[in-house]
Amino acid sequence: MSDVRSENRTRFGVPANSMVFARGVRKTYGQLEVLKGVDLDVPEGSVACIIGPSGSGKSTFLRCINHLEKLSGGILLVDSQFVGYDLRGDKLHEVKDDLLCQRRAEIGMLFQSFNLFSHMTVMENLIEAPTQVRRIPIDQAKAEAEVLLRRVGLADKVDRYPRELSGGQQQRVAIARAMAMKPKVLLFDEPTSALDPELVGEVLQVMRDLAESGMTMVVVTHEIGFAREIGDQLVFMDGGVIVERGAPREMIANPQSPRTREFLSRVL
Amino acid sequence: MGVAHPTEIGVEPGAAAAVSRLTVVPQRRYGIWIGTALALLLAFLIIRAFASNPAFAWGTAAGYLFHPSIMRGLGNTLMLTVIIMLVGIVVGTVIAIMRVSPSPVLRAFSGVYVWFFRGVPALIQLIFWFNLSLLVREISLSLPFLGTLFSVRTNDFMTPFFSAVVALSLCEAGYMAEIIRAGIKSVPSGQSEAASALGMPYRMILKRITLPQAMRFVLPPTGNEAINLLKMTSLVTFIAVDDLFYTAQSIYARTFETIPLLIVVAFWYLAVVSIMSVGQHFLERHFGRSDVRRDPLTMRTLRNAFNLRGVAR
Repeated sequence: MSDVRSENRTRFGVPANSMVFARGVRKTYGQLEVLKGVDLDVPEGSVACIIGPSGSGKSTFLRCINHLEKLSGGILLVDSQFVGYDLRGDKLHEVKDDLLCQRRAEIGMLFQSFNLFSHMTVMENLIEAPTQVRRIPIDQAKAEAEVLLRRVGLADKVDRYPRELSGGQQQRVAIARAMAMKPKVLLFDEPTSALDPELVGEVLQVMRDLAESGMTMVVVTHEIGFAREIGDQLVFMDGGVIVERGAPREMIANPQSPRTREFLSRVL
Repeated sequence: MGVAHPTEIGVEPGAAAAVSRLTVVPQRRYGIWIGTALALLLAFLIIRAFASNPAFAWGTAAGYLFHPSIMRGLGNTLMLTVIIMLVGIVVGTVIAIMRVSPSPVLRAFSGVYVWFFRGVPALIQLIFWFNLSLLVREISLSLPFLGTLFSVRTNDFMTPFFSAVVALSLCEAGYMAEIIRAGIKSVPSGQSEAASALGMPYRMILKRITLPQAMRFVLPPTGNEAINLLKMTSLVTFIAVDDLFYTAQSIYARTFETIPLLIVVAFWYLAVVSIMSVGQHFLERHFGRSDVRRDPLTMRTLRNAFNLRGVAR
């Protein structure tokens, strides 16, 4: 436990097992306020699912967690640490790029469009960041990559290029690529939205396995079934705020807010 | 209540015979026939004119084809093309990276660069650099306390060849910068986003993710650019660099065999362009089957845009 973490914990009242801790997170683009104060706690080893209509700010919030988007207000701690800032007194100093990259490397992210590096084979995709960012020897990186590919069931695709894989396979490779950096938390930005219906299952299965192995996950999704089955908490966002949160089963069966009820009736 | 659909269609023998008797009569394209006849006539007239007019002096042209001066000129033309292309690509890449940088100052700088060096005709730039000594008499580096470290008179290093390389490289870099910028822009933003999320810093993303993927888009128009440049180097004749055109000129200035020597020059330019076109064809085919499925229309539009620009120049 580093000093910075314990200091942040006492100062902001971060729970002991917190992995993602958000308080009053705001994000504005010019006049447009996309996030209007979002609070969220994701304990270590748990799965938080975020649902909501498009434009509700859920993807933006996810991108704030690994500082792909700068916050306009509020605080966001991952493992009790700021990602893009250093706190000195009452000032948040933006950190230098290399430090930001180091911290970001510990937060994995999956995208709707997979974003595998299209000029690299599956293996090259997996070892790129470990060898370039972490300077892990190439043999070790390859050995670890093979283990991960077996885990997502794609050990036979090492030398394929992304375009030779189905969408579901690409997303599984992307998950393995994120796992290759041994992240503390995985962020999923609608990981199955671009997939043909019959390919959704294989990706959800990999995510289910990850959740069962104790991975902390924040999942923006439209898969209500997945949220109900795997999620430890369900968050409904609309208009840049969290409208309702709770245990997935109860919340889906008996939503309290009329907006949640209306949204669920449309997607279920 | 649905309409009952037949599960089988019975064809009567008479109808089957009637169908099989039908033949297709092609449309008569009189316009195309007339056009073809005219084109053939024109081709005949041109060939006859070339073959029968003694002023072309084909024998004389053939005699000069491998003349030592012509060979030296051709060598210089090729050397200029290679050097200028390489410098153009390097400088162009730097300018293109500045063009997509987050800093508005760097973006503006590269924008002005491209605007200026593409906007001023290459010939004028060439003569300008050749006459740099009129503007700057000497270039020296002086530091306080140390005195003058070195000093060169502009005329001593601004030789015709060197001014040609500087002028055309800077000009070429302007064109290459636009090609490379378009290539960088063609890489989906998700690629650099995913790399950022994996903790890769900006320069690493550029070097390992964005530029390698941009290459696929950049190569075909770069081939066109190299062909254009080969021909553009004939401008250096104006500042007395002994390239292919200049050596031919200096021969016919003496012997008055103007047309045969121009034929020799045209022959060598065509020969080199043909070789480059074949190379470009294979390059394009290689990168055409490369590993990304792209919207072929976008690719085609982009390439056409560059082609059109190349022709217009």
